[in-house]
Amino acid sequence: MEILTSLIKAILIPVVVLNFIPLLIWMERKGAAYFQDRRGPNRANIFGVRLGGMIHNLADVIKLITKEEFFPAGANRFYFVLAPFIVLFIYIITTAVIPFADELKVGDFVMSFRVADLNVGVLYIFSMASLAVYGIMLAGWSSNNKYSLLGGLRASSQMISYEITLSLSVVSLFMVAGSVDLNEIVRNQTANIFSWNIIRQPLAFLLFLVASFAETNRTPFDLPEGESELVAGYHVEYSSMKFALFFMGEYAAIVVASAVIVSLFLGGWQVPFLATTTLIDNTPLLLNLFGKVFSIFSIFAGLFLITKFKKKKYRDARDYEVLTLGIPAILVGVGAGLFFFTHYLHDLPAWAGPVFTATLQILVFLTKIFLFCFFFIWVRWTLPRFRYDQLMSFGWKGMLPLALFNIFVTGIFLLVKP
Amino acid sequence: MSLIFFYIFATFSVVSALLVISFRNTLSCAIALVATLFSVACLFALLGAHFLAAMQVLVYAGAVMVLFIFVIMLLNLGREQLLKIHMSFLGVVGILCGTYLGVFLALRLGTLSKPFPELTPSQVSDYGTVHGVGQLLFGDYLIPFELTSFLLLVAIVGAITLSSPSPVRRWRTPSPAGGEGKKERL
Repeated sequence: MEILTSLIKAILIPVVVLNFIPLLIWMERKGAAYFQDRRGPNRANIFGVRLGGMIHNLADVIKLITKEEFFPAGANRFYFVLAPFIVLFIYIITTAVIPFADELKVGDFVMSFRVADLNVGVLYIFSMASLAVYGIMLAGWSSNNKYSLLGGLRASSQMISYEITLSLSVVSLFMVAGSVDLNEIVRNQTANIFSWNIIRQPLAFLLFLVASFAETNRTPFDLPEGESELVAGYHVEYSSMKFALFFMGEYAAIVVASAVIVSLFLGGWQVPFLATTTLIDNTPLLLNLFGKVFSIFSIFAGLFLITKFKKKKYRDARDYEVLTLGIPAILVGVGAGLFFFTHYLHDLPAWAGPVFTATLQILVFLTKIFLFCFFFIWVRWTLPRFRYDQLMSFGWKGMLPLALFNIFVTGIFLLVKP
Repeated sequence: MSLIFFYIFATFSVVSALLVISFRNTLSCAIALVATLFSVACLFALLGAHFLAAMQVLVYAGAVMVLFIFVIMLLNLGREQLLKIHMSFLGVVGILCGTYLGVFLALRLGTLSKPFPELTPSQVSDYGTVHGVGQLLFGDYLIPFELTSFLLLVAIVGAITLSSPSPVRRWRTPSPAGGEGKKERL
């Protein structure tokens, strides 16, 4: 039984991260488009269904798989192939210690919502993420291209510099929570929003945020790519699925970084103002409430989609896309409404409370991750890139002293306050 | 189960350690060293020393080796610059000593493997955890620990002093292209 549950978790959690990737790519394209006052991808379709540009990802996949695999002259083949695998693999295994919900307890059965219960907790994430730089360095070196090499060199020096700030800014959280275990840190923050670490440790949050932008090589720290100077940095010479692995690795890194930030600073799986025990005790009430809210929301969403219907807008199957989505939404909403407004659920079985709580917590956690991923995209299309010397002096002369100062202040507070 | 993993990681670490000294390409040597460090960290984890394993990967594989590879990539040695393998008297002596050590260990392995000393209950529950290692470092071994960090600080200051041009020399010999002061302002 235990082996089975851990196997399911070990498969499901990476799948969640991988499923975030196409969603984020879509969000990045649409986000970029609307930031720049245009519409973004809206042409690729299957029988007229475009899903607001989502189908474009499928077209991308087909394109990337069928492209020619290119090896530059003088490249070291072994490392050239190995490098993209390292990047994606490392970021996916870092999710092993991230808790997706509180422990599920039904009678004797206890299950935690993460793959591995390691004693070292967050340190595991840092130690694994520090290996991701090998993928980028090897890609830069093995391509036998000077732009790639420069990108790899930049990536390594940047990641080493910001890793120190990243690790030091979390030390103050360890001091507050009294543990390095991610689940304990989340539990210590409680369901009250005002005791989340973003309120208790604002400086640590800022430092961690900036450093994780640098670690994921996102703008304003995307110097390893630096299109305007280095063409595309470390992956200039990559094509086909090997390039796609780098692309996926970048978004997997964003998902992992968001999950870690949400767990450390934004309460992780904590539902705002609803603690685990409160949720389990009041399951029937909440379940009925959510059912009613869902049915009303679904009806209104369906109505909104139907109002967008206009005949001969595109003069093809795309005209009816909103109807195919809107009418089922209304029907589902009406069905759920009929059920929840006439019945009141009570006498639920013993497992219903914990399972409902865990489901709600997972959903809340995923929503938080999703919102934070949007923040990553938002910053990318808003801020310009740093210059290289600015990046280095900012990391060593600005962030590092601040992180040390934060630890010092936290220590004094903990000493004074009993 | 853990015995199987032990044999896997032990074999992997020995093989990659041999590769470190047998590759011609310096970058391959460095990558093999990373693999060695990683598999030794896995062995630490199998022994229950999770904190040590995480630190091994974080510090050695994740930071020190990255700087090694950084330097190797910057120098970018060509094939002809790499040393040629040739037999020397010292090499022959080394091989002979190594063979002797190997035979000695193989013969004495049965008698050398004594059981580990029994741990006290408090040591067992805390063994290898963040808490246990922290208690030792900041309790029993506080002074050696602080002295080590002071030694590292001295090393850092020394490295910076050696690598940066001395202020006296820079003041006496202005650079030919209009002086350094102007350059710095730019």
